[in-house]
This record gives sequence, structure tokens and C-alpha cells, in this order.
Amino acid sequence: MYKKILTRSILGPFNYAKKSVREFFMYIGGLAVLLVQTIFWIFVPRMRKIQLLDQMSKVGVSSFPIVFLISIFTGIVLALQSAYQMQKVSAEMYIASLVSLSITRELGPVLTALIVAGRCGAAMTAELGTMKVTEQVEALETLSANPVQYLVVPRFIALLIMLPLLTICADFFGIVGGYIIGVSKLNIAHGMYLKMSFDPLALKDILTGIIKSISFAIIICTISCFEGLNSAGGAEGVGRATTSSVVRSFILIIIADCFFTALFYFIFAK
Amino acid sequence: MIELKNISRAFQGQAILENLDLTINTGESMVIIGRSGCGKSVTLKHIMGLLHPDKGKVLIDGRDITSLNEKDLNKMRMNFGMLFQGAALFDSLSVLENVGFQLFEYTDMSLEDIKKRVAECLGRVGLKGVENKKPAQLSGGMKKRVGLARAICMFPKVILFDEPTTGVDPIMGDVIDELIRHLHETLKITSVTVTHDMKSAYKIADRIAMLYDKKIVAIGTPDEIKNSDNPIVKQFVTGSAEGPITDNDENGELRSKDNSSHSHIKNLKIEL
Ligand SMILES: Nc1ncnc2c1ncn2[C@@H]1O[C@H](COP(=O)(O)OP(=O)(O)O)[C@@H](O)[C@H]1O
Ligand SMILES: [Mg+2]
Repeated sequence: MYKKILTRSILGPFNYAKKSVREFFMYIGGLAVLLVQTIFWIFVPRMRKIQLLDQMSKVGVSSFPIVFLISIFTGIVLALQSAYQMQKVSAEMYIASLVSLSITRELGPVLTALIVAGRCGAAMTAELGTMKVTEQVEALETLSANPVQYLVVPRFIALLIMLPLLTICADFFGIVGGYIIGVSKLNIAHGMYLKMSFDPLALKDILTGIIKSISFAIIICTISCFEGLNSAGGAEGVGRATTSSVVRSFILIIIADCFFTALFYFIFAK
Repeated sequence: MIELKNISRAFQGQAILENLDLTINTGESMVIIGRSGCGKSVTLKHIMGLLHPDKGKVLIDGRDITSLNEKDLNKMRMNFGMLFQGAALFDSLSVLENVGFQLFEYTDMSLEDIKKRVAECLGRVGLKGVENKKPAQLSGGMKKRVGLARAICMFPKVILFDEPTTGVDPIMGDVIDELIRHLHETLKITSVTVTHDMKSAYKIADRIAMLYDKKIVAIGTPDEIKNSDNPIVKQFVTGSAEGPITDNDENGELRSKDNSSHSHIKNLKIEL
């Protein structure tokens, strides 16, 4: 009796770890399969234009206001926070460069992706999850339509187009936020601020931001759709899937961001 | 011909179907009866290839569909129509787009022709002028009928109905029974209907199969089923609470404990 409990308590964590590791790889495998299927179905003709436009408006147009707000305030906060230090060494000028570089390289793409994952990724999971638990996905199959082609591809393309566009908007408004503080509060001259913003900014800064945002779009779409299409257990299951879709998207976005930042550092640092 | 051969299927380690055998002849109207949760819908989904058996084969005209690739499976499904238990209409599409889904997707019919065909199918199930509504605006019974219209829209050769009359008012239920019978008699459609409404089962069936305890326990013409000696079938078709079915399951246990639980309730005091 005691022996049994003892072995179980010793082996328990190992078995648990084994199970978790296996589930983790099954999950990653499932994501990979869905991604490959999605890419395959993109090239099968019959693009659903209406659905694509609908998704683009859901992802892009309706996310714009919040992206605008968050990026402009981030720019303002960045400028104000760095002003503490910069004013001590009378280097206010460099606030402009600091804001423009950190926004385009890092904050623009990441914040936009987090917003879109929270707003649209969650909505995608909830919608597909509801379709799954009410047998609509199976109904699609009985009507000889492929769920990946019909449901995932329009969302994938919409995200792939709209997330980089939103990122460019976020870059722009972040710099505007910094400009507002720099010119009105820190008394940097208008021309000087612009010069200091755009001089250090190379095309590669914007491009690496865009590359990041494309990878984030792939992450958001794949995770959201995977979670949705694999949800089970009624409304509760859909709720659970939605939560884990957002959490997992966030985690993967941050990991991918770290990866790309390191990658670009080693490519461009020399 | 549809043949289910030795089908076994389990969900999360719990067997739902075990060594189930069922043959449905071409042009036949087969009705599957059985209690809620005994695996009727699961059986239908196996015929459609939506679920794969853990063991066994599903043969459609001699071809094993469990080993078909997606393209061939879709080709086969073009000849099939299915009404889901919960109708499974697409929320984001209007009734017109739902019913005409395959016409929009796979034919180059003009919008006018599609509208005409959709109105015809809706008329068959007693609906008119609902084309522009969304499924959320319809009642449960109306959804069921729209689902039925979607299933018959492409002139399928085989139709699977999952509880077509459940949740539909009795008059409309009779209309649906008539429709299934009519499709079957005029168009020689093969149909498999799942139901636990015995009145409608007798009306539409050429043969009735009873699913119980993971397999088919009885199969025969409506008369044979009606006059069956099998106590399980007898209890089910007469709809009695006493019998072998309720003796072997938790409901039976519940019932026998009923007395004690009542006395328990008597002793309850409600404090205000
Ligand atoms: N996708 C599924 N996942 C897990 N269990 C399922 C699934 N589909 C059906 N089941 C289980 O199979 C049993 C039979 O279900 P079903 O065929 O829907 O019953 P019914 O005969 O009422 O149509 C139920 O106990 C149900 O819990
Ligand atoms: Mg059912």
C-alpha cells in the first residue's frame, strides 16, 4: 500500500512530464500539419473574394482604432520615460532616434500582433469553435467542401496582408506620439526632431519589423484556427479554446520575436 | 448498397459501437431506432465518412470509404445528402446560401436558377420567403427543415436523416415523413433515417433496425418489429418504463432508489 503510494509519488512527476512533453509535441505537430494544409489550399483555385474581404475588414479595419491609440500612447510614454535620463546628459535630441528605432524594430510589430491576437485571434477561435461544436464543420465536409480551404485560408491571407499594414500604421503613429512630446514638451525643434527620427532609421529596420509581423500573422492564424477546429465540449470547450488560443499566441509571438531579434542581430551586427 | 461491416468505435476509451453489422440496399428506406446516446448519430457519421471506425469497414457499392483519399471521398459525398441532428446550418450564411451552398460552389448556375431551385426545395419542406433570413432568426423546427432542404438540394442518391422530426410540430412532422416517403418512392432514393419516433418510423421504413448495447439487435420490416418477441424491441416500441432495457442501466437503479429519495425529500425542512 505505502509502497504503491511511494512509487506513484516518485514516478508521478516523471509520468506527468512524459505526458506533457508528448502532448506538447503533438500540439506542435498539429499546428505544423494545419499550416502545411493551409499553404497547400492557398494554391488551389477558387479564391473566395467576399469572405477574404470580410475577414480583411474584420482584422484590419476594425483593429485600426485600437492600434492607433496604443501606438500613439506608446510613443508618448517612450519619449517621456527616456526624457528623464536624456535630460540629465542634455541629449534630448536622441529621444527622437530612440523612439523611432524602438518602435519600428520592436514595439510596433509586437504590440500590433498582441492586439490582433487578442482581438481577432480570439474571435476566430470562438467562431470556428462554435462551428465545430455545432457540427457545422462536419456539415461543410458533407457538402464536399474542405474546412481548411473554406474557413482557414481566407483568414490566413487576411492576416498575412493586414498585420504588416497595421504594423506600418503603428510605426507611423508611434513616431507621431514621440514627436508630440518631443516638440511640445521637450522643446526640440520640429525639423531637428524629424531629422533625428529618420536619419538613423534604415530600410532594414522597417523591413525586419515587417518580416516579424508576417511571422506573427502566421502564428496567430495557425494557433487560432487550430484551437477552434479542435475544440470540443460545447460552449465551455469553446471558451477554453479561446483562452488557450490567446495565451498560446502571446507566448509564441514573444518567442518568435526573441528569435528574430537574435537572428537579425547576428546578421546585421557585423 | 451501403454495408457496415464489423464496425467498432470508441470515444476516449469508451466503446460506443462494437462489431456492428448493417446492410442497406439500394433504394431502400432504412430506419435506425434506439435510445438517446446509444450511437445512432455516430453510425450515420460513419456512413458519411465523417468518423472513421477503429475497426471494420464501410462499403459503399463495394468500395471501402475508410481508405479513400479526400478527393474521392468528396466525389462520393456529392451523391450524398445529410441532415444533422442539430441542423448544422452555417450561421454566417443566409438561408438561400445555406440551401444553395453546393449550387453556388460547384455549378455555374445563374443566381436566378439557384433561387428557383432553393425556393423549390424550401417549398418541399413547407417554408416560403425565408431565403434572406439568417439561421439565428429561425426557430428550431424551421432550422431542421432548412437543413432538410439543403440535404435534398443537389438531387442526392442517398440521404441520411438524423432525427428529422424531433423538435418539429406534429403536423410538420407528418409533412416531413411524407416527403421522405415521396423522395423514396418517386426518385428511388436510398435513405437512412435515425429516429426514436415510432409513428414516423413505421411510416417511412421499408426496414427498421434497432441499435442497442453497441450493436444492431433486431432488424426487420415495420410489421416484424411491431410484433417482435424480442423483449428489448418490445419495450422500446411500446415505450414502456418497465423492461429489460431499463433493468440493465443506471436509470433502472435510479428508479429503484426513487422511494428512498422521496422519503428523503419529505424530511427536508425549508427554513425561511
Ligand atoms: N465526437 C465525440 N467525442 C466523444 N464522444 C462522442 C462523440 N460523438 C459521440 N460521442 C458519444 O457517443 C455516444 C453516442 O452518441 P450519439 O451517436 O450522438 O447518440 P444518439 O444515438 O443519441 O445519436 C454518446 O455517449 C456520446 O457521448
Ligand atoms: Mg443523435
